[in-house]
Formats: sequence, structure tokens, C-alpha cells
Amino acid sequence: MTMHRPAEILLVEDDPNDVELTLRALRNANSSLCVEVARDGEEALDYLLRRGQWRDRSADHFPSFVLLDLKLPKIDGLQVLRQIKTATATAPIPIVVLTSSGEHRDIAESYRLGANSYVQKPVDITEFRSTIRAIADYWLNVSQPSHPLPKPRPERSGAWPA
Amino acid sequence: MRPALRLYSIRQKLTAMNMLVSGAALLLACTAFASYELRTFRESIVRNISIQAQIAGANSASALVFNDPEAARVTLSALSAAPYILSAGIYTEQGDQFATWSRTPQTNEVPVRQEPISSAETHVFTSDRLILVRVVQFQNKKLGIVRIESDLAEIKDRLFGFAGIVLAVLLMSLLAAFAFSSIFQKTTARPIAQLAETARVVSRDKAYDVRAPLTTNAAEIVVLIRAFNQMLEQIELRDTALKAAREELEIRVIKRTAQLEAVNRELESFTYSVAHDLRAPLRHIQGFIDALMEDAAPNLTPQAHTYLSRIIESTRRMDQLISDLLALAQVGRQELNLKITDLTPLVQNVVRDLALEAGDRHIDWRIGKLPVVPCDPGLMKLVFQNLLANSMKYTRPRDPAIIEVGQTPSNGEQVIFVRDNGVGFNMKYAHKLFGVFERLHRREDFEGTGVGLATVQRIIHKHGGKIWAEAEVDRGATFYIVIGTTLEPAPAGTIPALANSESA
Repeated sequence: MTMHRPAEILLVEDDPNDVELTLRALRNANSSLCVEVARDGEEALDYLLRRGQWRDRSADHFPSFVLLDLKLPKIDGLQVLRQIKTATATAPIPIVVLTSSGEHRDIAESYRLGANSYVQKPVDITEFRSTIRAIADYWLNVSQPSHPLPKPRPERSGAWPA
Repeated sequence: MRPALRLYSIRQKLTAMNMLVSGAALLLACTAFASYELRTFRESIVRNISIQAQIAGANSASALVFNDPEAARVTLSALSAAPYILSAGIYTEQGDQFATWSRTPQTNEVPVRQEPISSAETHVFTSDRLILVRVVQFQNKKLGIVRIESDLAEIKDRLFGFAGIVLAVLLMSLLAAFAFSSIFQKTTARPIAQLAETARVVSRDKAYDVRAPLTTNAAEIVVLIRAFNQMLEQIELRDTALKAAREELEIRVIKRTAQLEAVNRELESFTYSVAHDLRAPLRHIQGFIDALMEDAAPNLTPQAHTYLSRIIESTRRMDQLISDLLALAQVGRQELNLKITDLTPLVQNVVRDLALEAGDRHIDWRIGKLPVVPCDPGLMKLVFQNLLANSMKYTRPRDPAIIEVGQTPSNGEQVIFVRDNGVGFNMKYAHKLFGVFERLHRREDFEGTGVGLATVQRIIHKHGGKIWAEAEVDRGATFYIVIGTTLEPAPAGTIPALANSESA
């Protein structure tokens, strides 16, 4: 499959601040990651289903996993999730819902639609970083067992009390 | 209760009245007529006998003059033609018997004349006889006395006949009265009966739209029926108005309730989404300061570094505030999931978790026997988490800290208490204790957001219970809880599965 390519993941997130911080955390976790960013649900579906501006994307691989926010412009996260999981081609892609919502019905609905994981964005930046690292480590490992594991990095000691 | 009266219908009463009146009138009339008839008849008998006596007297005058009793007897025997004359006799002026005649030969004896003679003719009625005495005169000279005794059987026969007629007439008139009253009750009794039936239907079915039929021309009954129908109309109007008002009220209540529920839902979801949306910027602030401190570390003065740390600390604090507010909102939204719960293991679990956070502090936990109550175990756990965490916090200066949980009866209620020997508070501020964001201690001394006790109070109130506190500065505080929820006490052995407090 994608043995010799750098691991690719899709981040679906509309808030530029969150995009920036998530990218930073992902880079911190694994510097060789290739992250594609979709700013709304439509773009995410276009990318995965090779439509619109992504019509010509090479068809031979899919992202290792998708980080999916729920509050999205145009097509919301749950809709995106449902469409990914109902299309045969994209159904196997692991979807990690990463959202600020801790609402019970969001969690239940996400899992019902086939989300592989549901993670609430931690406010604390230290927690956020370790969460992103854990997600990346786990899903890159699970979905791509042949891919070289990211080297375990010592937890960066922050300049503030943890 | 009074014994039930025997009830008669108006028809029966009217018929009885008719028959009684007509019977009585007829009887009175007949009696009057009979007595008149009786008198007339007696007079006619007296006259008849008197004529007989005159004839007999006149025919016997010569016999008396010539003292020929045989001739007198022959004269008397002529009286046998009159069927009711029983006996007759002729007496001399001195009173001696001169000649007699009797219808029945066996009783030949004719009673001696005893009747006084006050005038030319006298008669006496005995129970069954009429006795008439007449002076026999000839040329204005009193010769003797004729006495005739007559039977009254004729009167009796006549009376009996009369009574028979009266009886027959009476019977017929009563029958006629009965027939007439049956006819007349159509116009009198039946409308009243119909009115009564209508009244019965109205009171039984509460059907105010029925009307009593107007089937008579009896003035009072017409008035009665009209008044009754008007009354029904009034009642129907009021009933309709009442129903309409009630329905309107119900609709209004439903609308108002729906509005309140909608407002409540909106408010809760507002709180929730505000809390969520407030967290995103916090996350960004923290994230970018973190990035700044990481990337620009060599260029930061220690002072700048401290400021950045403080900003991060502030965002953490705000995050905590939002978390607590979320928990409070969550409590408001959550439906109570009541289960019979043993509070003792529930509190023990909370204590076990908290004790892990106590580090090397010396805390003397005294957990007494707590009741088994119907409550939401998840929320009740939150209550004890908050109260016990508070106690831990405010006993920090104590060594050892004593934290006690138990129950005590008070005014017939089981009161659960959480007591500590911490710094307590001034009762002057007790009313602020459960307010959101209200704090009775400086944050430098004791951390906290001031939402915990508000959450606790909201949970207890949701259970229909009450919570209050007593404290003394530097002597500790005690929180009292009464859990209001009650379920029907289950009979022994059928208690529903105790909620597993671990799962809460």
C-alpha cells in the first residue's frame, strides 16, 4: 500500500487557530506526517471521494486516519461521518472525532454512525498535546502496522508547572 | 337518616282526591235526600194512619153510642186492608177497652192504651212502631178513642231500597270520577310527571340541553314548566361558559408550560453552548502562549516568562469555572433517575477517591451508617464529592483533620450531615453560601470557583429536599441534607436491586 510514502492524515477543522495548534501538536508528535487540511465538510468529502478540486488526486491511497471536527460549515461533521462510513471506498478509513462538544448525544450519534474514536478537545494545552500525540501514535500504528513507528520522544517539560 | 317515606305519584293523589271529593259530595247529598225522604214518608204514613183512624172512628161512633162492640170490631177488621197496620183498638171515654182487632190472631191481646191524649190526635214513634191515638167525636161530643198501631217495616224497606240506590249511584260516580280523573290527569298530572322526569334526567346526566315538554294548558303548570326551562337555559349557558373558561384555562396552562419548557431548554442549551464556545478561545490562548514560550524561549525575560505563565494559569482557572458551570447546567437539564440507593457504600467510594488526593495529610474520616434512600445515585455522588472535597479543602490547616458523615433524626426526618473541624465560616454570610460564584474565603487561602455548593443545592432541590449549613469561624462547619424523594416503602424482600454506587 503506502509503505514508502510518509503517513498522510486528513484534518477537518474550520477554526484556523485550532488548525494551527493541531498541526503544531501533530508535528510535535511525528515530524514526518503529511497533513491535509479541509476547512469544511464539503471539502473533506471532496477530498476523500475525489471530487471538485480533488478530482485528479491519485487514487491509490487514502489518509491513515481522519481528525474530524463536528461543528463545521456547509456539511456538519456528523453528516461527513455518515457519508464516509456509507461509501464503500472510504468506510475503512479510521475516523477520530475531535471536538469541543462533550454532549452525550454527539458522542452516541458519532459512535452510531461508525466513528472509530471520539475525543473531546482538552482546553489545557499540555493535555491537548499529549492527546494529539496519543491519537497519532495509536491510529498510525493500528492502521499502518508496516509503517515505521514514530520514535518515542521524551515528554517535553513545559515552562509552567504541569 | 329518616326512614324512607312511601311516595305516591301525583296521578294517584289526584285520582284519590277526585274520588274522595265526589264520593263525599254524593254521600252528603244522598244523606240529605234520604233524611228528607224519611221525614216526608213518615208524615205520609202518619197522615195515612190518621185517615184510617178517622174512618174507623167515624164508623165506630154509632157502635159506641149504641154500645155495640161487635159492630166496632167489624169496623176495625176492615183495617186489615192496610198492610202495615198491626193492631187497632177502640176505647171508651173512660179508657176501657171497647173493641180490638189484631192482624195476628195469636197475639189477640191488644195493649192497653197508655198514651196521653193532649189533643184530638196524637202519634208516637217507637223503634219499630207508629202508634196513633185519635178521639172519636160525634156532634162535638167525645165518645171514645181509636188507637192504631202500625208497623214501620215499610219505612225500613224503603230505606233499604234507597240505600241500595245510593250505593249503586255512589259506585257508579266513583267509577266515573276515576275515569274522568284518568282523562284529566293528562292535562294536569302528566305534565308534572314529565317535568319530574326531565328534572331526573338533568340531575342524573348533567344534560342541560334537554327541555321539559309543554303539553298542558294548566296555568300554574305552564308557569312551572316555563320557569324550569328558563332555569335550564341559564344553567346551560353558565355550564357552557364554565366549560369554555376551563378549556381556555387548560390551553393557557399548556401553552404557558410549553413556553416555560422552551425557555428553560433554550436557557440550558444557551448555557451549554456558551460554555463550549468560551472554551475554544481559552484553548487557543493557552496553545499560542505555549507555542510562544517554546519558540521564543531564548528571547524571553524571566519577567515575561512569569507573565505568560500567569496568563496560562488564568485560562486554566477560567476553564475550571466553565467546567463547573457546565456541571451545574448539566444538573439542571438532567432528569432524575431515582433508584433505591444505599448511601453508605456510595460515600465510602467518594472518600476512597478523595483520600488518594490527600497526599500525606492526616485526615480522620468518620463515616457512619447512612440511610438507604430513593435518589439519583450519580447526582448524589456529585453531592458528596463536592461536600467532602470542600471539607478536605477547608480542613487543610488542621492536623489531624476530622471529617464526619452520619445521620441524625430531626423533627421526624432523617438528616444526613457532613461535619468538619476546618476553618468554618461566619454565619453572617450563610445566605451567600449556595449562590453561584459566591465565595466566603479569599482565593489566596482556598481555591475554588464558587459553583460547587450551588450545584449541590440544585441537586438536593431537584430531589425535593433541603440543605443548610451551620458553622463557626475556626471551629468547623456542618452541612445538613434532607433528601426529599420518597418511594412507596417496598415490603421486605422485594426491594428493587440496590443501585450499584460504583456505576454512578
